[in-house]
Amino acid sequence: MAKVPYTVPTLDVLPTVPSIKPGAMSELKSYVAVAAHQEPLGFPGELVANWEQAAVAKMGELLGKYKSLRVYLDMCVKCGACTDKCHYFLGSGDPKNMPVARQDLMRDIYRYYFTPTGKVMGALVGAKPWTRERLDDWYNYFHQCSQCRRCSLFCPYGIDTAEISMAAREIMDSIGLGQKYCNEIIGKVHKIGNNLGLPEPALVNTLEGLEEDVLDATGHAVKFPLDVEGADVLFVTPSADFFAEPHVDGLIGYAKVFHQMGLSWTMSSYASEAGNFGMFIGNYEQMRKIAMRIREAAIQLKVKRIVFGECGHAWRVAYAFLNSLAGPFDFLDPRYPVPQHIMELTRGAILSGAIKLDSSANADKVVTVHDSCNIARATRMGPEPGSQFEYPRFVLQAACPKFVDMHPDATRERTFCCGGGGGLLTDELIDIRIKGAKPRVEALRDVVEQHGVTHMASMCAICKSQFTKVLPYYGYDMGMVQSVHQLVSNAILLGGNS
Amino acid sequence: MAYTADGKTVEADEEGYLVNINEWSEGLAGEIAKAEQINMTPEHWEVVNFLREYYNEYQIAPAIRVLTKAITKKLGADKASNKYLYELFPYGPAKQACKIAGLPKPTGCV
Repeated sequence: MAKVPYTVPTLDVLPTVPSIKPGAMSELKSYVAVAAHQEPLGFPGELVANWEQAAVAKMGELLGKYKSLRVYLDMCVKCGACTDKCHYFLGSGDPKNMPVARQDLMRDIYRYYFTPTGKVMGALVGAKPWTRERLDDWYNYFHQCSQCRRCSLFCPYGIDTAEISMAAREIMDSIGLGQKYCNEIIGKVHKIGNNLGLPEPALVNTLEGLEEDVLDATGHAVKFPLDVEGADVLFVTPSADFFAEPHVDGLIGYAKVFHQMGLSWTMSSYASEAGNFGMFIGNYEQMRKIAMRIREAAIQLKVKRIVFGECGHAWRVAYAFLNSLAGPFDFLDPRYPVPQHIMELTRGAILSGAIKLDSSANADKVVTVHDSCNIARATRMGPEPGSQFEYPRFVLQAACPKFVDMHPDATRERTFCCGGGGGLLTDELIDIRIKGAKPRVEALRDVVEQHGVTHMASMCAICKSQFTKVLPYYGYDMGMVQSVHQLVSNAILLGGNS
Repeated sequence: MAYTADGKTVEADEEGYLVNINEWSEGLAGEIAKAEQINMTPEHWEVVNFLREYYNEYQIAPAIRVLTKAITKKLGADKASNKYLYELFPYGPAKQACKIAGLPKPTGCV
């Protein structure tokens, strides 16, 4: 491959609003899905001949189905509150990466075909008909939105750009203009069971290797069970946890927690993926099919509980939608949340004394945490509001003697996306991924310089992969990125628990 | 895109991964490496050969940890790190080494 061109922006002191660079990102296009990626999902293999009419028809269908979409398109008053809130705008300066401008890509078309004033007055009221150029703008800029919903936090009307970008991708898929990255991956989940395409024998081999490694390192026979019928807990985690670093160190941490708690647990080769890219493309049917694998595995393995590992959008789908997509889960033990986040489980085990952490194991580190966007703004990890922020911090502070938070404008519900979420974690988008990480790296640099922070913990597979890839462009070592449960893994005391 | 090796043109996708993995040859690996600006040393070949062996058995590239372990066995304990693999394949051992080994790109949140 010819090297994908990129430029690395100079870091600023937060908060800095960049000067506008019109068209800066207009040429950045993620690879288009070919028929082999499209057709297995039921989408046309290539752009259909009458795509303008087909796109309008699909938009009409979505407007009828999702009232919120129409409301979002109607109610923007152009107040400007969102303009400097998107990490991709802050990193690139491209005005079309302002959330309002991204929404307007759809709003212009909506007005032309679906509002009386737009039909009559056209461009005077910002209504524009389809052209190939506009479709290209849709494709490029709706794949420069990570659906992180930071902008919606600042919108006085709560307009959710993520929902608009999901609808846009759904419309584009329906006319044969899908994105290769997402659609190829969804196809792999249907065929093999996970985003990586990791077949069962490879999964078995990988997990056996981990058992050996942990035994060598600790002297304890920590198990990584797979497809164990009758286990109490079905544990579902992103397949990157089997494959990549530092993800796998987090997987070792989960296994140690289960081991030390004496919990009977299993993973499933059929539901070997927590992530659900159906959400990224806004397609309910795909999202449901992926979620159903978890239900089927739970029934087949006769488990009593479902626990999710560290994965941002997986947790959003699990927390917010799993019951409606794949429920009812009345066959599970009603005493436990359906599903439960590993962070809640680990926190509870620390509080009850079921596991003990010796934080001196991480005494060489000063740790901060990156709140993952989907977890921060769409979910909780326990019953209390804010548990999605407090639980990881509780676990990290139990595992690490030195913990420092980043700037309040870059943490908790105001957190920035890592820059690789929502279907953007693909090599050809490296330029916008580097730029989108800029606000996070600025906040990180601040605590590195002020407080000597050495590591940044993360609770999402995409965040971990994105940061290990892009931090080096800003001069930081990829080893700074840690899984939350990797730090737990270092600190947990094994044995002595009957 | 396409590569030419041993007088044969071999088709690759837009990112440079082979369309048909059966068309791989050592000569072709050298050409892919050149396009990736990598100078193939015996250590690079150890990685590439292991990837191919593992793929033949499991139809997927090995996890980074599996790869690190195998390379350590072959090249010694001082090579026992992800970092060492990144020195060999700066764009990441999984993606760049897979490309040179003629294997499909690992997908997902990696």
